[in-house]
Amino acid sequence: MNAPVAQAALALVKVDKRFPGVHALKDVSIDVRRGEVIGLIGENGAGKSTLMKILSGVYQPDRGDILIGGKRSRLANAADAARQGIGMVFQEQSLFPNLTVGENLYLGAEAQFIRFGLMDWSALYDAARRQLDKVSLAIDPRMRADELDFASRQMVELAKALTLEEHAKGDLVILLDEPTSVLERAEIDILFARVRALKSRASFIFVSHRLDEVLELSDRIYVMKDGAVVAELETANAEVQTLHRLMVGRSLQSEYYRESLQASFRNEVVAEAVGLGLADKYRDVDFKLHAGEILGVAGVIGSGREELTRTLAGLAPHDRGRLLVRGREVRLATPAEAVDCGLGYVPRERRVEGLVLFLSVAANITLAALTELTRYGFVDRREERRLAREWVERLQVRTPGIDALCLNLSGGNQQKVVLAKWLTAKAKILILDHPTRGLDVGAKEEVYELARAVTKQGVAIILTSDTLDETIGLSHNVLVMRDGAITHRAGASPGGKPRQVDLIKHMV
Amino acid sequence: MVLIALGGIIAGLNPNFLTFGNLVRVSQAAMIPLVLGLGETFIVLMGSIDLSVEGVLTLAAVILSMLVLNGANANDFGMLAVPCVLILGAGVGFLSGLVHVTLKVPSFMATLGVWFMGVGAANALLGGMAIRINDPWIRALAIERFFGFPLGVWLALGCLGAALVIQDHTRLGRHIYALGGGEELAAFSGIAVTRVRIATFTLAGVFYAIGGVLAAAQLGLGNAQIGSGWLFTTITAVVVGGTSLSGGEGGVLQTLVGALIVVVLANGMVLLGVPSDVQIGVQGLLIIAAVGLSIDRKRARLVK
Repeated sequence: MNAPVAQAALALVKVDKRFPGVHALKDVSIDVRRGEVIGLIGENGAGKSTLMKILSGVYQPDRGDILIGGKRSRLANAADAARQGIGMVFQEQSLFPNLTVGENLYLGAEAQFIRFGLMDWSALYDAARRQLDKVSLAIDPRMRADELDFASRQMVELAKALTLEEHAKGDLVILLDEPTSVLERAEIDILFARVRALKSRASFIFVSHRLDEVLELSDRIYVMKDGAVVAELETANAEVQTLHRLMVGRSLQSEYYRESLQASFRNEVVAEAVGLGLADKYRDVDFKLHAGEILGVAGVIGSGREELTRTLAGLAPHDRGRLLVRGREVRLATPAEAVDCGLGYVPRERRVEGLVLFLSVAANITLAALTELTRYGFVDRREERRLAREWVERLQVRTPGIDALCLNLSGGNQQKVVLAKWLTAKAKILILDHPTRGLDVGAKEEVYELARAVTKQGVAIILTSDTLDETIGLSHNVLVMRDGAITHRAGASPGGKPRQVDLIKHMV
Repeated sequence: MVLIALGGIIAGLNPNFLTFGNLVRVSQAAMIPLVLGLGETFIVLMGSIDLSVEGVLTLAAVILSMLVLNGANANDFGMLAVPCVLILGAGVGFLSGLVHVTLKVPSFMATLGVWFMGVGAANALLGGMAIRINDPWIRALAIERFFGFPLGVWLALGCLGAALVIQDHTRLGRHIYALGGGEELAAFSGIAVTRVRIATFTLAGVFYAIGGVLAAAQLGLGNAQIGSGWLFTTITAVVVGGTSLSGGEGGVLQTLVGALIVVVLANGMVLLGVPSDVQIGVQGLLIIAAVGLSIDRKRARLVK
């Protein structure tokens, strides 16, 4: 376990990084040995992304050393990191859709193919083909990247990272940042097989939220929490529960999701789907949503739950079956119609879709209720401010004031403003689309508490969540979807919560 | 396709369209929009926009007219004046790029300013008069013919060839596409984004300056109004050709088609006797129709 750091392909020694208001990394030490796959796990906000950004040269550490092959190094920028043998496979896929695979592979490294100022395309494509062979991807490098499926793109990214071995001196370390989040199981198997096969050429740092995958692929695992490494274990000695406990800092308990506050819902149906369907996305969806109910929708990517959410938000209208909102049949062709029907969408991309970042807290809170605030064509500013102040207080939004720009609020408080917006608009149904994504533990708990509070008032919630845990913990009822259809329904009243494994078997 | 259909319709309505004389006229009318459009294409591919076309063109034309044998001063640098003017164009383009990149002024605003600076400088140099060009070589661009087409047309085709090589066979060309595809990504891939931007604006400036040489040759003089109207034609040619305003898609061959569409349409309207007051409006309609057709409305959810 304590191999000399000098032997490591890459090591971080007591790296420290602060941002205004956040101590992002606290004396983090990590070493990656040759041919090893390191798993790096931690909750959102634990410091994983900051660490990855330091390794890829985007951020500079405030203190501490980066050792590459035992030598102290500085990674000035992304290109510099690449030169020193650190390659990246990004979470968001980083291929240019408008360029060919070959061009993508050598983007930024074309110098080797330039003869007399002109590109030697056949040399580049020959080299590209050799790279694709390394990851056993049998595609034509002259194809445009947007013609590939996600899995092949991920392989191309891996091949791109491997091009570094041609000119980087020393060992190659490849950062895999959530590479599996958009892949299907079969594709994940292929990716993992390639990574294992490539261990003779490179070391890997594998960041993932999926603990089972980390256990499957890694040799050694580092657990991060609140900016510090809290544990380092050999995979052989680790299991999901242990890792989870280390990540969260305590074992999962029901009170995390405020189950004692879970009141039974009312008998009044606020929304109903009958045989709801959208071509190629989902079909035959039936559910009844009651006032005060939280209905969780579980499923993997491609199960159709994301599209179902979007249908209810007015972003992807259904083309089969019936949708009734408060007894009236509707087809939500635009978000505005959804809002008119009393549906409020809390999107996962809160900074893009949920808030106008450059408007004040007050303006955001009243954004969806301006019609009621308008008298003779003018916005009643005094009423607007009164409402905003009321909601800031009721939801305990931590903001310097109602005139502060939403840009300057933390993620959790931004989420509260989004909720306040819909509550001001008197939404009867909230669609929470990954509501706690990117929030730290404390902020998550506040969101859960809010969800409990609004359902008590009779607001109904449809929840799609990042984790199954959250879905089970919060919901009254859970729908499980697979391949576009509902495969299972489970009640989830307090004390009678279903187990994860019982739901997972209906998901995959 | 649109070009062939348009040509077919006009030829059907007025057979004179397909006479050799008219084709020469079309090519002559297309040479300047083509050359200007080549420069603009690179900028638009990058996801930016360049409004300085008329400024660079005017300044280049005026300075050219002052350096060659002319009716206003004693200079007679002959063909040496051309490289001087091209370097000037490069300099102005470099300035646009520098302002855009270092001050982080949006390309739209930076080049809007440079446009007026260019026209302003030309005005200051001339004080409202026009300079007649007497240099036989410059005049030859418009008058002398080779295989029936004016030399200027061949020059424009040469520019097209050069632009094609830059687009398809140089690192700069590839990086321009990459920037249009995603600038942050490009930076992560180790591309020197600012250098590419400045280089591209410089390159575009050279093309505008060549446009200025051609314009001066065609008119036989240099004055401060020589550039007016070209910006609209240039952007229309690029966009109608199919280069996407959001960057990353399209290319200089599309711009050739776009320039021809614009010119054929104008030429056709003349042949068909469309009143000149209406013609400019039709051009406006054309550019909106072209953008409307080229945008993938499914993908673009927000339009600013």
